[in-house]
Amino acid sequence: MNTRTRTIRVDTLARVEGEGALDIKLIGERVADVKLKIYEPPRFFEAFLRGRHYSEVPDITARICGICPVAYQMSAVHAIERAFGIKIDPAVRLLRRLFYCGEWVESHALHVYMLHAPDFLGYQDVIGMAHDHRELVEKALRLKKIGNHIMTVLGGREIHPVSACVGGFYKTPTKAQLSELAEDLHWALEASIDTARWTAGFDFPDFEQDYEFVALRHPGEYALNEGRLVSNRGLDIDVAEYEDHFVEQHVKYSNALHSVIRGRGSYLVGPLARFNLNFDQLHPVAKQVALEIGLHPPVKNPFRSIAVRAIELVFACAEALRIITEYEPPPEPRVQAVPRSAVGQAITEAPRGILYHRYALDEEGMVLTAKIVPPTSQNQKRIEDDLREYAAHLVAWPLEEATWKCEQAIRNYDPCISCATHFLKLRINREAR
Amino acid sequence: MSSKTKGERAVKPKIAVFKFASCDGCQLSLLDAEDELLPVIGAVEIAYFPEASRTMLKGPYDIGLVEGSITTHHDAERIQEVRRHCKTLITIGACATAGGIQALRNWKDVDEFIRVVYATPQFVSTLKLSTPVAEHVPVDFELRGCPINKRQLIELVSATLIGRKPNIPLYSTCIECKRKGNVCVAVARGLACLGPVTQAGCGAVCPSFDRGCYGCYGPMESANTNSLTTQLRALGQADSQIARAFRGFNAWSWQFRKASEECDHK
Repeated sequence: MNTRTRTIRVDTLARVEGEGALDIKLIGERVADVKLKIYEPPRFFEAFLRGRHYSEVPDITARICGICPVAYQMSAVHAIERAFGIKIDPAVRLLRRLFYCGEWVESHALHVYMLHAPDFLGYQDVIGMAHDHRELVEKALRLKKIGNHIMTVLGGREIHPVSACVGGFYKTPTKAQLSELAEDLHWALEASIDTARWTAGFDFPDFEQDYEFVALRHPGEYALNEGRLVSNRGLDIDVAEYEDHFVEQHVKYSNALHSVIRGRGSYLVGPLARFNLNFDQLHPVAKQVALEIGLHPPVKNPFRSIAVRAIELVFACAEALRIITEYEPPPEPRVQAVPRSAVGQAITEAPRGILYHRYALDEEGMVLTAKIVPPTSQNQKRIEDDLREYAAHLVAWPLEEATWKCEQAIRNYDPCISCATHFLKLRINREAR
Repeated sequence: MSSKTKGERAVKPKIAVFKFASCDGCQLSLLDAEDELLPVIGAVEIAYFPEASRTMLKGPYDIGLVEGSITTHHDAERIQEVRRHCKTLITIGACATAGGIQALRNWKDVDEFIRVVYATPQFVSTLKLSTPVAEHVPVDFELRGCPINKRQLIELVSATLIGRKPNIPLYSTCIECKRKGNVCVAVARGLACLGPVTQAGCGAVCPSFDRGCYGCYGPMESANTNSLTTQLRALGQADSQIARAFRGFNAWSWQFRKASEECDHK
């Protein structure tokens, strides 16, 4: 019997946001151990939020992640609005959807082209890729820029935009300002369709898993900011019940906690989950391109997430175009908030999957406690489960190649480690109580 | 790597990007410079930038860009090593130049916090303070902002490579606001605004969106925070509100720290 021990080790994971490492121990043909180590230092956001005014929360939580600040702002404002019982204007609702579409385009374009595609094409990075495929990278940059431009029009800048607030926005754009986006968005829609077709030609490892997919579901649209939380295994809950169904487990080797569904284990959030659960609600163009490239739910091969992300690019561009056509400015940029002592929860669909926020606020609108569960800490256990299964396929491979393949398997999830580590305090606190 | 690397590059000035405690947003600004990115990577060698590349070359580097604040023992040692490998060391963003939002821990008892929180406190390597890089090693240039302005970043890197002084204005946000033709939100609408004491660079983005500046570019040179505090009180702001306003993304800069402590009567 072969009992040779080999270790797949990556000290610094590349092309992910934040700092992590990977250790896989192979004994003979067997995968003995998998550890995705998060060594990024925790920043204790829940501690800072206590005693801050509700109006500061969207700006502070945005700083958890420079790649998806809009997601943090959206979950924060919706949770606080739920606590205060605020109903937002329909035009504000549309604008928030557009804001999110901008972030999806920026984040998905970044990941598809600059972080993930180099794995499929055999490059260390987008720089090497640009050397051989300059026009492709130029297209990626223009697409990304259009996503960033939407955020800049609505929020003043693409990283940590300043306009979102409880009740609406500090300032809303004119119809003309949004109409100016149309030409770029028409180009972006075509570019996204090309992107989807391009990713379909990649060589995908033959690897499927039986996932529990978890995503928001809205009765009338591909959910971004609101809906019930559902799964392919019968979960169907109000977002306020999230903590009754999901629990975090502490693992010694990581500065982030692993989230599991009570009684069932790991689950998957993000593009694959949304696509599989809400395919019927995709924009017709996105649906058509998906079917054309052979993607139909359920997609169970995580390596195909790059193609699904491209389909969501198509969706986000088409949806943004719809919104700018329909938009009429609201009578007021925001509804005035009247604080009250209450608890509010919200889940929104960050580019990487569901992002849960809960705030307890006092009658003056000061934060008493906060809890935030980012998508990457929810996917973390699932990533390890994938690696455990996938590494078994690689035992006969040369170590260098097996290592690269394992990195690629991690990047299937577009993990954001910066997000995942910043929440240690509250969760452990809660367990200690 | 044994596997063949396509797209090999020629010898050019080497740039490295290092991350400490941060949100990744400032290093993302480099990738967000969509119009400049291809010319930039044509002119320099990205030798170490894990967020973008699997290639991680050893130093020395001509320019090191450092994002994030120092919050652990390990990072306090790592920044020394980073300094040794970088001919020019530039800190990017409020975390690296002022300790970032995570410096709000500096007003709390972190030791007690760790004992309450962790089952095995001896494994937790968190420093009491979140501190800027310049408290640990000499820094050649500090680029402000939460996040940084990508155009300032390109200007700074270009100037450094050429060997000239970068054109990064040190005046206040008010100047930018006037240039944009904004009506002053503090004077006309009585909003609390940190613009008069905040360094320019963002393009006066908050006043342009009908709200007061929240100081994410940190204190300007010779900021008169006393005068602003007096004005904020006159606008009806309670001291607790003023303290919170200074205790934002640049809370640990000495000017904002002093201003916040003078209004913190707890």
